[in-house]
Amino acid sequence: MSHYTVAFAGNPNTGKSTLFNLLTGMRQHTGNWAGKTVITAEGEFTHNNHMYRAVDLPGTYSLYSNSADEEAARDYIIFEQPDVTLVVLDATSLERNLNLALQVLEITGRAVVCINLIDEARRLGIDINLKAISKRLGVPVVAISARNKIGIEALLDQVERVATGAFITDPMRIIYNDEIERGIAELTPMVEQMIGSKYPARWIALRLLDGDDSLLASLKENIKSKEVPEAKEVIGYGVTC
Amino acid sequence: MTETIIPLSEAKNGSILCISAIEVQGVLRRRLLDLGFVVGNIVEVLRRSPLGDPTAFRVSNTTIALRREESSMIYGELIGGVEA
Repeated sequence: MSHYTVAFAGNPNTGKSTLFNLLTGMRQHTGNWAGKTVITAEGEFTHNNHMYRAVDLPGTYSLYSNSADEEAARDYIIFEQPDVTLVVLDATSLERNLNLALQVLEITGRAVVCINLIDEARRLGIDINLKAISKRLGVPVVAISARNKIGIEALLDQVERVATGAFITDPMRIIYNDEIERGIAELTPMVEQMIGSKYPARWIALRLLDGDDSLLASLKENIKSKEVPEAKEVIGYGVTC
Repeated sequence: MTETIIPLSEAKNGSILCISAIEVQGVLRRRLLDLGFVVGNIVEVLRRSPLGDPTAFRVSNTTIALRREESSMIYGELIGGVEA
């Protein structure tokens, strides 16, 4: 029996915790991870003979705005590197919700997008083209209703495919303007040299260009053996807008 | 044709605007973008609190209240609702 870790990410009020509770039932406990006091739930579930450890991340609109919740969610995805990050979206408010999905996909391709509240959306006359979204995002996209237990098996099948590597994801890569791309190209090799290939270098370079001090602090904390002062000097000459 | 681009803080209740510029910088700008205040997006002015601040806006299917400090830095073109 294989063991995988699945992190649940999503905006507040998307039914993320409803799904989490549905899957883990009573088999959950309060989790906590190093350096942060943000408490979240952990649990377990099994599907097709695979055991999954489920981690419910704080509900956030973004991974960039520096609230403690967002930092915790971001740090978990980057440093704990779950086998699958399940991004739970609200079907009735996809535009806002896809923002977080894109941010997660910039960090990791090991993701499944779960469009929750699909029954609610249908009632509102919202038609969602899952195939088109999946094609654009490059990861599996499944529509469910956690509340009414619709689509759960199909969702878990996709989680399994990504976890086992049966589905090779091709996460959408956002191409920025020339100035930013130049900055990324300049910083990425330095980032790789300093922190190795284990972490998403392009994404970290992008955050450094954005002057994300909070990420820099987390990097220093999590990668204690290597210092990252040189990067900051580069940022000084980098993009400021 | 008259210029109809105004800060959100000057828009009357019930008016609908298309965001044309966000002059806020830094983390707060990021936050506003995450909440749906993105150039090209449609915002409806829902109502003001009794003292006139903050104001509730409808954006991306959610209600968000902003203080004048922020809403005066977000500009939009009036495209519907109450005339300014």
